[in-house]
Amino acid sequence: MKKKLYGFVLLFFTSIPLFAQDQVTDTVVQKILKEVIVIGKKTQLYQQQTKPLATVEEYLQQSGKVGMIKRGAYAWEPIINSMTTERTLITIDGMRVFGACTDKMDPITSYVEVSNLSEATITSGQQGGNHGAAIGGSIDLKRNRSGFVNSGWDVLIHSGFESNGNQKIVGSAVNYANNRFYVDTDFMYRDAENYTAGNNQEVLFSQFRKFNISATSGFSFDENKMVEASLIYDKATDVGYPALPMDVSLAEALITSLKFEYVPKSSKIKNWETKIYYNTIKHRMDDTKRPFVPIHMDMPGWSDTYGFYSKATGVFKSHHLMVDLNSFYNRSVAEMTMYPSNPNESLMFMFTWPDVRTLYNALFLEDTILLNSQSSLRFSASVANHFNTVANDLGLESLQIFYPNMKNSKNRILKSISSNYTYAKNGFQYGFGLAYGERAPSVSEGYGFYLFNSFDRYDYIGNPELKNEKASEANAFIGFKTQKLSTKLSSSYFHISNYIVGKPADNMIPMTIGASGIKTYTALDYATIVNTDLNIEYQFDTNFKWLGQLVYSYGQDYKKENLPFISPLRYSAAFQYNVKKFSSEMAVQGNAVHTQYSPFYGEDRTPDYAILNVASSYSFQMDNSKWYVKAGIENVLDAYYSTFSDWNTIPRKGRNFFLNISFGL
Amino acid sequence: MKFQLKNILAVMAISIVLFSCSSDSDTPVVDELAELTKFKEIANSTHTIELYAHRGALEQGYNEISLRIKDKASGEYIKNATITWIPLMHMTMMTHSCPKSGVGKITADGTLYQGTIVFQMPQNATEYWDLKIDYTINGTAYTVTSIIDVPASAKQRVTTFTGSDNVKYIVAYVEPQLPKVALNDMTVGVYKMESMMSFPVVNNFKVKIDPRMPSMGNHGSPNNVDLTQSISDKLYHGKLALTMTGLWKINLQLVNASDVVLKGESITDVVPASSIYFEIEF
Repeated sequence: MKKKLYGFVLLFFTSIPLFAQDQVTDTVVQKILKEVIVIGKKTQLYQQQTKPLATVEEYLQQSGKVGMIKRGAYAWEPIINSMTTERTLITIDGMRVFGACTDKMDPITSYVEVSNLSEATITSGQQGGNHGAAIGGSIDLKRNRSGFVNSGWDVLIHSGFESNGNQKIVGSAVNYANNRFYVDTDFMYRDAENYTAGNNQEVLFSQFRKFNISATSGFSFDENKMVEASLIYDKATDVGYPALPMDVSLAEALITSLKFEYVPKSSKIKNWETKIYYNTIKHRMDDTKRPFVPIHMDMPGWSDTYGFYSKATGVFKSHHLMVDLNSFYNRSVAEMTMYPSNPNESLMFMFTWPDVRTLYNALFLEDTILLNSQSSLRFSASVANHFNTVANDLGLESLQIFYPNMKNSKNRILKSISSNYTYAKNGFQYGFGLAYGERAPSVSEGYGFYLFNSFDRYDYIGNPELKNEKASEANAFIGFKTQKLSTKLSSSYFHISNYIVGKPADNMIPMTIGASGIKTYTALDYATIVNTDLNIEYQFDTNFKWLGQLVYSYGQDYKKENLPFISPLRYSAAFQYNVKKFSSEMAVQGNAVHTQYSPFYGEDRTPDYAILNVASSYSFQMDNSKWYVKAGIENVLDAYYSTFSDWNTIPRKGRNFFLNISFGL
Repeated sequence: MKFQLKNILAVMAISIVLFSCSSDSDTPVVDELAELTKFKEIANSTHTIELYAHRGALEQGYNEISLRIKDKASGEYIKNATITWIPLMHMTMMTHSCPKSGVGKITADGTLYQGTIVFQMPQNATEYWDLKIDYTINGTAYTVTSIIDVPASAKQRVTTFTGSDNVKYIVAYVEPQLPKVALNDMTVGVYKMESMMSFPVVNNFKVKIDPRMPSMGNHGSPNNVDLTQSISDKLYHGKLALTMTGLWKINLQLVNASDVVLKGESITDVVPASSIYFEIEF
């Protein structure tokens, strides 16, 4: 394998040298309702971010609406508006992808690389519900594509090194575009050893190794019609999860799609896009490298998804309309085999996800009405059919131990509706909205069987009879922008009925050795979540800029008990200094004490922390190639800390020197 | 692993097939011997007795035994016999019998007779079981006796003990014969030893169960239903939850009609197993 990789890299080094483009775009484009994090619009990426070869998760974390649950150095789980995977939606160019790990060790973001992506669109609550039913919000990861521009060949090589964990990064991008055809390919390889927390404490089992290959190619066969095929292959091996009792020996994804796009000329329909897609994920947990395991077990999981969407946008007078019809069919299977110490004994086998099939069909409508040059109204509504079947009889009968009257299928109708008003004039903007949305229980919540949660140390049993979770939402923002100052304060309030949580089942014996008991999924009457973030940018002069962010979250259930993974007050501030080809940044990032923690869900009080990061970059031209060098130190003071969302309070990285070098041929 | 799964699926598939066969038995053409395998023939001067069991052998524990009587002269199977049987264990110091049912016809016009015997102990090098079958055909009495093979069961399927009331009890595992990862219907027989030759069914007791996996932290399973006696077959019925394949130890407690535990212990952190139990492995 390694040999192949090197060959691959070599191939790119010897590619035709061509000049890379140089353009400047805003780091964070503040669209009115959406938040867009630019990840890598080709070469520009490497000038815009503190650490260009950071992981997708590190990019997303810049948003005040996004947090990360960390179980190690790799594959962090995004939380949007303080809500985890079940309540949120992450798509890749509108495609649904479902992780194959019952323990959420493989969020969708772990199967893509920064080099695959151009940007991430973060929408809060129901404001971006066209890709599926979710409550907390959604992130759509947009693929990199050159488009039909006559840019010819474009080759870029990047490499990076991080001292902490000895991470080595090698990547490349080869793109070709003319006005009828484009192809974008990229490759990235990362290899990291255990990292050390502050005070030089090694965090065992925090290593990882992965590579990612991706290609997107478009062909315009008519002036206004095009097809695009796209592929991502991502493979991680030897991934340690220091916060969990098991590691991962394989996480492999193949994500493919074929898109047809039609842009009618002089028609009321502006754009019509149809995509079919398929993705398959294989995930294998592994405990063979752990020194003390009470019993050795294998826990593989598989997730296959077939889907399509067809989306049209049009303008009728002052109405900007969007219609999106989308479907997917997912198959999720996971099993567990335990090996008794006596080799003559039968293996212990069970399905932890009993081959759950989900067929989802939805219609989404959106109308944005321009009232006048300053204000607009937006309405959206969707209705979806969510149909689950348990296809494996052994799995079904296992669950029937808990639910004797359970049927093998369950049909749900999911509705959502939202409305927003926005106003913008002379740099002043505000908006508010109301929304209602529903979601179906996830595969684990509905059909999981003895899924051990190492956070609260309970075995979780799904509940196929759960009601849909229903969220009423109110949101508002206010912003002000002058040439120097830019501020935005936005807030969302969620009232979630039938809030799905695990509740201890009395007198039931856990299966996992050392577990405290069994929790079955059940619904609380309601829970309340509030998320508020303030972003400020101040441009002192052409060279000197200050950025600040303050996020406040709140989450309690109907008994005023705290919900898990609610962030304490968190802040970040950065000074940026740019002069010509040199730029420098100093940033502080921290959390207040986590006082609103939830012992019921296994949380404890996390002390406050603050870390200091510095970075500098320089770009220059040498012969025909364009170089870009960025170096920095994260956690300069080598603080030993962990955050509220570090699984089992594993410590974060201590001091880390990084060096990213990119050059375009 | 995959192999194991295939086995499970195969067993399930077979059991479905078997089930559908037995539901077909309303149809005129019936193969009485479907599912059954002959394990022994015993002959006297007039008849040959053919003995059948599901697994083609006997073993220590509860056994369902089917038999046919073939007239040596005509080769016909006898449909109107009246049958009794006495299994006997010949030990070095004594001889005793075991719990058993009567022997009856399965269908009125069939040739097959059926009954159950609980062998509470296995044979060994010097001690053995024999089976005496007495039958009457049209008023004429016949008899036949033969040694039968009753090896020890691989897993514990029967337990013999003296209760706190000083009565000797035998509790035997009957169902499920093909356990599944599911909530299984469980059946056991409870007998007491009145004398060396008399082992009647015990009525109105209760058998408490607590299935555990000793190889995996001795974890249990939820929603088991303790076994109570059914009026129809006099056996004790309940529900056994098995959450995964593997070796399960079903810890037992025998409770009498006035709710007194006669034998067996509740499982706690310090008491990992009851003194009376069954084992199943699948």
